[in-house]
Amino acid sequence: MSRAGTIRLLFVVLCVGALEAACRGGLISPQFVIPPSVMAAHLWQLLIDGTITADIVETLSNVLMAVILAVSVGFVCGAVLHSLPRLRRAVDPFLATYYAVPFFAFYPLLIVIFGLNALPIVTIGFLFGVVAMIISTINGLDRIPPVLLKTASVLGMGPVRTALMIKLPSAAPHLFTGTKLAIAYSFIGVIAAEFIMSSSGLGYSIAYAFNSFDNRTMYALMLFIILLVTLINAVLYMWEQAIMQRRGS
Amino acid sequence: MAASVVKMSADRSVSTPMLHAEMTGVTRIYAAKGKTPGVHALGPVDLALRQGEFFSVVGPSGCGKSTLLDVLAGLSSPTEGKVVFEGAPVTGSVPPGIGVVFQENAAFPWLSVKDNIAFGLRREGTDPAEVERRVGYALGFMGLEDFAAAYPSQLSGGMRQRVCIARTLVMQPRLILLDEPFGALDAQTRLLMGDELLKLWRETGATVMLITHALDEAAMLSDRIAVMSARPGRIMEELETGWPKERDSRIASEDHFGQITSRLWKRLREESIKATARGGA
Amino acid sequence: MRQILDSLLLVLALALVWQGLYWLAGDLALASPAQTFARAAELLATPSFWRHASETFLALGYALLIAVTAGMGIGLALGMHRLSGEVAEPVLVSLYSLPKITLYPVILLLFGLGISAKIALGVIHGIIPIIIFSMGAVRAIAPVYFKTARVLRLSRGQLVRTVIVPAAIPELVSGLRVGFSLTLLGVLIGEMFASQRGLGYLVMKSIGTLDVPTMMAVIVMLALVAVLISSLLLYLDHRLHRRAL
Ligand SMILES: Nc1ncnc2c1ncn2[C@@H]1O[C@H](COP(=O)(O)OP(=O)(O)OP(=O)(O)O)[C@@H](O)[C@H]1O
Ligand SMILES: [Mg+2]
Repeated sequence: MSRAGTIRLLFVVLCVGALEAACRGGLISPQFVIPPSVMAAHLWQLLIDGTITADIVETLSNVLMAVILAVSVGFVCGAVLHSLPRLRRAVDPFLATYYAVPFFAFYPLLIVIFGLNALPIVTIGFLFGVVAMIISTINGLDRIPPVLLKTASVLGMGPVRTALMIKLPSAAPHLFTGTKLAIAYSFIGVIAAEFIMSSSGLGYSIAYAFNSFDNRTMYALMLFIILLVTLINAVLYMWEQAIMQRRGS
Repeated sequence: MAASVVKMSADRSVSTPMLHAEMTGVTRIYAAKGKTPGVHALGPVDLALRQGEFFSVVGPSGCGKSTLLDVLAGLSSPTEGKVVFEGAPVTGSVPPGIGVVFQENAAFPWLSVKDNIAFGLRREGTDPAEVERRVGYALGFMGLEDFAAAYPSQLSGGMRQRVCIARTLVMQPRLILLDEPFGALDAQTRLLMGDELLKLWRETGATVMLITHALDEAAMLSDRIAVMSARPGRIMEELETGWPKERDSRIASEDHFGQITSRLWKRLREESIKATARGGA
Repeated sequence: MRQILDSLLLVLALALVWQGLYWLAGDLALASPAQTFARAAELLATPSFWRHASETFLALGYALLIAVTAGMGIGLALGMHRLSGEVAEPVLVSLYSLPKITLYPVILLLFGLGISAKIALGVIHGIIPIIIFSMGAVRAIAPVYFKTARVLRLSRGQLVRTVIVPAAIPELVSGLRVGFSLTLLGVLIGEMFASQRGLGYLVMKSIGTLDVPTMMAVIVMLALVAVLISSLLLYLDHRLHRRAL
């Protein structure tokens, strides 16, 4: 492992150890935070006896749907906006301020439109993720070196081949960044939507545990989400490194 | 490897000149990082700069010229060997009295030309009237008066480089290191800038080390020229030109000038081919 | 000028879509643009609305102050110290993509139901992107600027003040833009679930009482303010980036 990786691991272990000691030593009351070892043990038990399996499956499938929608729709919108500079300039300030608008408030509307099912939640995840993808797509297309496009036209490549063989590979790192952000944002959106207004899923289970003073389950679920996010990020990071390695940058 | 020393002229006797800066047995190896292997960029190199001389370094691209400059200025530490400037060892930081003009554009885009030039003086807390005086002189000397209020993004590449030269000049360094300062200029402007550089050298009495890949530039400007090998860069040959102190670009028409350039080219040709074959260009 | 006109046209188109949705979805889910603006005008004339609004913007102000100063400080430091930056980066990215709303119970336990809980939620939403942008800003500074600073023998303070900050400013403003949006989101979330005051609370209350026009009016006004401030930052952002070449 790299030096930074080792230090990071040590740092995390130290923090967790300190929290454990503080909880065990009575510095932090168990009504407030429970020791990490108890969180982990309880999470393990929840995983084994299958109490949260249904919630996990539901949340992850919501996230997956939201991500697929956000990435594909975001890519298409980004490409369209990039090819229509006038529209793009008009939209720019809205893209930049998009995340300041609290979408949760539109939940009642979404329920009327889609009915009481998973779709409103997926929609909120989608709404969170799509703009990150649009912005990254536009960025990627903006930064294609003009000389590559000139080369394409010198070689007599048509618009479709230029798009597939020049634009897409050249914008790929940005598209990857967009996908990464879309995953993160969709995840945030789905969990938040579940937390606030659903009756199932991981987010809901945390809110439920909190409201019924079930600290053990609440912290176990939080731990699960932290581990899940870390895992997803690690996988994406390794994938990205593999891509970058090939490009030699 | 001992560098051969060639005198292109016997008539100018050098009376045991004072050493200004010296490198002995210097190598620089860039450490391996992750999957990229380490790079042996430089050396071993022995180099002695005499007080007040105009010294040039030529070498194929990627041979370690910029690395040599970094080590000499104290910007990076040698892997082996030692560097001495004005009798004191150079370790880890840039000693006072050294000025550097970098290969890359180093003009700060957030400052006007004038503020760029005044930057170093102001950080030293120089008296404002004195700053004004020196900056005004440097603006005139570099032909930048009309652009004092302009920002670097409004200037051509060559003008930006002149801003960087002026910024170094106002600090009145005793040793000036220049890394391909005219790389972005056309051949004619280069010659004229060369004349300016000679004038500056004579007026300030500073020691100058110029890194360049233009052989004619080196041949015209220098008292001495070091020719470097392909990477890892070593000094293959040191050559004394024997030019008088009062000289300018007109010497480019002399036979002696032709002899120097062809001598340099002969030594460099094989090395450049080596460097190119290795993908150095 | 034409750009502003285009943006207005776009707003008009959105209003038309909105009207269409209203016809489709009906009174229970949505208020029409006309109803919404009428309600907004009413709200603007009531003192209690201004009390809620000032509470929200007070919380936002504090949260931004903390998120920006701490975020930029930490980000610049991490950018300058390579190893710390490498250690911290994956942790920061994980924190960035963590649904921070799940921390809401902990925040509530820590800070209670007052304004400090909202501020805390705003800060944890806004500070991470500001740190990440600031760190990236320092790392993207051309190495030759640092070399120049060393040749001119600048002290550490001088280096930060006269080279790093001015060189990083365009990126810092970009970070501020993202940070602003997310801080506002955090504060509103805090108000929606952990407060009896503020615009977020007003939205939540009107959802509860099925008072759709009030809900829409508050959201639209919030969005307007957010778009306005963000547009100003965007303008600054473009100008700074252009000058930096
Ligand atoms: N920071 C670094 N890390 C690793 N390798 C480096 C680094 N800087 C330079 N090198 C390598 O060291 C060698 C010498 O580089 P240097 O920049 O000194 O060459 P140069 O002679 O100045 O080239 P040029 O004529 O193109 O300016 C090159 O092969 C380069 O790739
Ligand atoms: Mg170089």
